[in-house]
Amino acid sequence: MTTSVTVVGASLAGVSTARALREQGFDGRLTLVGDEPHPPYDRPPLSKDYLAGTAERAELDLLTSADDALEVDWRLGCTAVGLDTAGRAVLLAGGERLVSDAVVIATGARARRLPGPTPAGVHTVRTVDDATALRAELVPGARLVLIGGGFIGAEIASTARALGVDVVVVEALATPLAGPLGADIGRVCAGLHADNGVRLLTGVGVERVLGDGRVRAVRLVDGRELPADVVVVGIGATPCVDWLAGSGLAIDPVGGGVRTDAHCATDVAGVLAVGDCASPYRRYAGGGLRLEHWTNALKQPATAAATLLGRPGAPSPDHEVPYFWSDQYDSRLQFAGHRVDGDQVEIVEGDVEARNFLAVYRRNGEPVAVFAMNRPRPFGRWRRDLAGRATAPV
Amino acid sequence: MIPVGALADIPIGEAIRVEADVPIAVFRVAAEDSDGADSTVYAIDDTCTHQKASLADGWLDGCKVECPLHSACFDLRTGLPDGPPAKVPVRTHRVVVVDGMVYLQVPTSVPATVESLPEEEVA
Repeated sequence: MTTSVTVVGASLAGVSTARALREQGFDGRLTLVGDEPHPPYDRPPLSKDYLAGTAERAELDLLTSADDALEVDWRLGCTAVGLDTAGRAVLLAGGERLVSDAVVIATGARARRLPGPTPAGVHTVRTVDDATALRAELVPGARLVLIGGGFIGAEIASTARALGVDVVVVEALATPLAGPLGADIGRVCAGLHADNGVRLLTGVGVERVLGDGRVRAVRLVDGRELPADVVVVGIGATPCVDWLAGSGLAIDPVGGGVRTDAHCATDVAGVLAVGDCASPYRRYAGGGLRLEHWTNALKQPATAAATLLGRPGAPSPDHEVPYFWSDQYDSRLQFAGHRVDGDQVEIVEGDVEARNFLAVYRRNGEPVAVFAMNRPRPFGRWRRDLAGRATAPV
Repeated sequence: MIPVGALADIPIGEAIRVEADVPIAVFRVAAEDSDGADSTVYAIDDTCTHQKASLADGWLDGCKVECPLHSACFDLRTGLPDGPPAKVPVRTHRVVVVDGMVYLQVPTSVPATVESLPEEEVA
């Protein structure tokens, strides 16, 4: 019988875990630990409306007055530094031990940084404090170099451009977003930069950031120097699992997340993991796969709560058909499913040049993923269709 | 009153977007009761209260629409969201059908709040 749960991580996955536990009837003691001092907030607007100044801080708040009923013991501004699985204790910086019957790990991921010290004016964007600091420097006429042309890089480029900033994006790969979307669709998305007056340099790495005290330029490996007043490093994220060292929990060597089964259970009884820091088993991947998608962090906790309360059900359609979106310039990009190299991509609706189309990825003739640019209605139908196929009895 | 168009031009189970002062989504859903009509028409603010997306592009399931971006669900009758990520209801608008033509009553109301709704409709 579980009478107390500690959730480590107070962002979307942690908050969703607390809600799911209460919704599913858990009435015991519930403690939420978060290392940021802020009440839980939503991160997607940090590269979009919040960075643009069109969304206020309060609009990011995840909690509403309805969440008062969760009766959570909030431990905000507290960093977990260790997990004692034998004693079921979460160790906090400062020495406190939080002992409970079960622990849910929802510590998320942190932005990857350039190695070594960097001068002032070099940013990453993961937290609201990061976004606030960057926003202050995105003044009209400023020269911004984005290191990394992935989703975060592209969204920040688009927001900065709309603020009148002069933007260059540097991408080490030949095609941005080729990993998640494939080269064909990645190329189309990369075209949005040129459409909007942003320079994109591909296939070239960054040697280092130049500047004494304050950034002045970015030097590329081919010797070119890009003058810069502001630099944003958007080169991915690393799961926050280092605090689990020595706990005995298995870490996925590929994605670096906490290894779980499809029901969010780790190999230690009473310890579960959800969200960006977890590598759950996914049938379509044939193994563990860590995802950093917002919808994953929102929906997966319902599965974890059911497992924790002893009623594991079938993984949700969102588990089987992951979904993400991105807003870049005036375009909305949506993707659902699981793509691998070699899948056949076909534009089934609309017009690539008009930046309004829907593409389906097929493997052995069967649809496995769908991408849409500014085409939300048919995308929704395809996403449901894929979920129906994925969750159909075999 | 804003003319929306002919009822017959909105297939049952579909929605259209009307450009008023703010965009409004008009839905035609299969009728739930047997008052003779085969459908009921509802109208709500088109823009999701969570983040920018058009609810007319959403997924209609009975009297609920699911936002195409983050799956927030709103009740077309009350405008209330059924849970996260939406925190704020959408406004509902009055629709009349006269001689097969659909009209919207121009919104003059303040944004709906949970407090302003009749008690029995508060979740």
